[in-house]
Amino acid sequence: MSPTSAALTTAADTHGFLSPTGVEIAFLLVGLVTFGAALVTVTTRQLVHAALWLVATLGGLAVEYLLLTAEFIAWVQVLIYVGSVVVLLLFGLMLTKAPIGRSPDADSGNRWAALTVALAAAATLIWVVVDAFRTTWIDLDGPAAGSTRATGESLFQNWVLPFEGLSVLLLAALVGAIVLSRQAKATATEQPGAGAGTSTGRRTTPSAPSANTPSDRSTTAPAPSVREPSATDAPAPDAPAPDAPAPAPTEPGAPSEKEPR
Amino acid sequence: MNDVLDVTLRLLIVFVVFLTFPLIIGQTEHKVMAHMQGRLGPMYAGGFHGWAQLVADGVKFAQKEDVVPAGADRRIFQLAPAVALLPYLLVLLAIPIGPGEGAVGEVIDAGIFFVLAVMGVGVLGSLMAGWASANKFSLLGGLRTAAQLLAYELPMLLTAASVAMAAGTVSLPGILDAFEWWWLPWQIVGAIVFFVAGLAELQRPPFDMPVADSEIIFGAYTEYTGLRFALFLLAEYAGIVVLCGLTTVLFLGGWHGPWGADGLGWVWTLLKAAVLAFIVIWLRVTYPRLREDQLQKLSWTLLVPLSLAQIALTGIVKVVIQ
Repeated sequence: MSPTSAALTTAADTHGFLSPTGVEIAFLLVGLVTFGAALVTVTTRQLVHAALWLVATLGGLAVEYLLLTAEFIAWVQVLIYVGSVVVLLLFGLMLTKAPIGRSPDADSGNRWAALTVALAAAATLIWVVVDAFRTTWIDLDGPAAGSTRATGESLFQNWVLPFEGLSVLLLAALVGAIVLSRQAKATATEQPGAGAGTSTGRRTTPSAPSANTPSDRSTTAPAPSVREPSATDAPAPDAPAPDAPAPAPTEPGAPSEKEPR
Repeated sequence: MNDVLDVTLRLLIVFVVFLTFPLIIGQTEHKVMAHMQGRLGPMYAGGFHGWAQLVADGVKFAQKEDVVPAGADRRIFQLAPAVALLPYLLVLLAIPIGPGEGAVGEVIDAGIFFVLAVMGVGVLGSLMAGWASANKFSLLGGLRTAAQLLAYELPMLLTAASVAMAAGTVSLPGILDAFEWWWLPWQIVGAIVFFVAGLAELQRPPFDMPVADSEIIFGAYTEYTGLRFALFLLAEYAGIVVLCGLTTVLFLGGWHGPWGADGLGWVWTLLKAAVLAFIVIWLRVTYPRLREDQLQKLSWTLLVPLSLAQIALTGIVKVVIQ
């Protein structure tokens, strides 16, 4: 999305790279901090720390959006990612495996493949952004280029189709999550021994936490927590149902921000 | 220079409000609860009806030893109270108390989003505390906190979106500028849903399952002592201030009143917020605690559909008006 494109000025002549303004320096520094936090997120061996570093990373990104005058996007970033996604992540971690201290098995065997994919994705994104914007500059003194009004107008005038497409995608994901959790539940009641099929089904549905997996991992605390959260979970598979169609048509900002990452 | 002075003054005022209002609500809670239960409440500290009780409590908390459990994750354990408390300070910056730009800490373009986003961050503090304490009761409390937040964030957002639709803006002062008295009956369902969901997000009774003292001691805060524990308590009361202020601004018309809108607008805001704070205390004394499954059920089967209906109503009326 490029809400700022309307108010961008092609002012490469007047802006040199060798005399940065205060905002540009701040942008760079916050970017470095964000990058560092992201690195720690994937390298730390303490699972909950990784989730908390993710908070720092996503918060840093929100600050970058702010510095780019995209205020609305910044707050939605905090609302969706820090307020919901990370809380969901922490919730899932605490339900399953959240030891205090290092986890020796925290390193995945796929890390080189993951690194390759990450680098390729980063290269693609950087190439797209660089190619799209070239030497355009945001005019900080003019009217805010990323205000809620500007974002809304560009989203619902120029980008309606992608927006609706994303809504449908999210709806499909919601329905899929419900179906998977229902299946897992049905097979679990048929055969209490929970076969391989159900466990893979569970792993693919992070949005519908099924609380019955952690018993094989002996950690400091989670064992007693198994019973209680599963009680809280009982309505969860049904829970997305009433609101499932809701975010798509009624909530313009939130779902669309969720996808591009 | 004048700008710097202006900003400093605003920040200072917001900070003073942040430090005093929660204490006032805390003291009111002492007294109101006492009188509802047919007793006197604190009478000794400070002389007149025990007005200095919370100051004395603060001194007591400051004197206590700051204990970190041996098995705890030290840094996160110590960081958690700050994460729980600071978001409310930031939210206070954005709540307009009177008409014009002079009566709000900072005019924020996407005010509703800012306020709700930052309030959601505060819950991370409870989660961090619950996990880092290395205590099963704390972990249970943290889990319940997370489940509660996930359930109640949605109705809160949806009802706030309904007001934003009605006003045609997401800026808090903008919403107040567009306010008409008949919004009150129009948005009343949304107001109730917002207030109830906010109470649940603050973990106030009757939604205090995460800190249910009779079964999990004090939830995520079980291991905390001294000042850090006091900070969590302060966060709860600051949360009441923020929630009441927000409900006032979004649904009750803020500084609008039957008369005296010009110089005395801020009195209306404070009055409405105070009445709401009284209701918060009243609910605590009146209702028994909801069980965990009842909590979830209330949100998903009642509040979410109600807020969706409110949005539909808002949309229909909005189209009819235009």
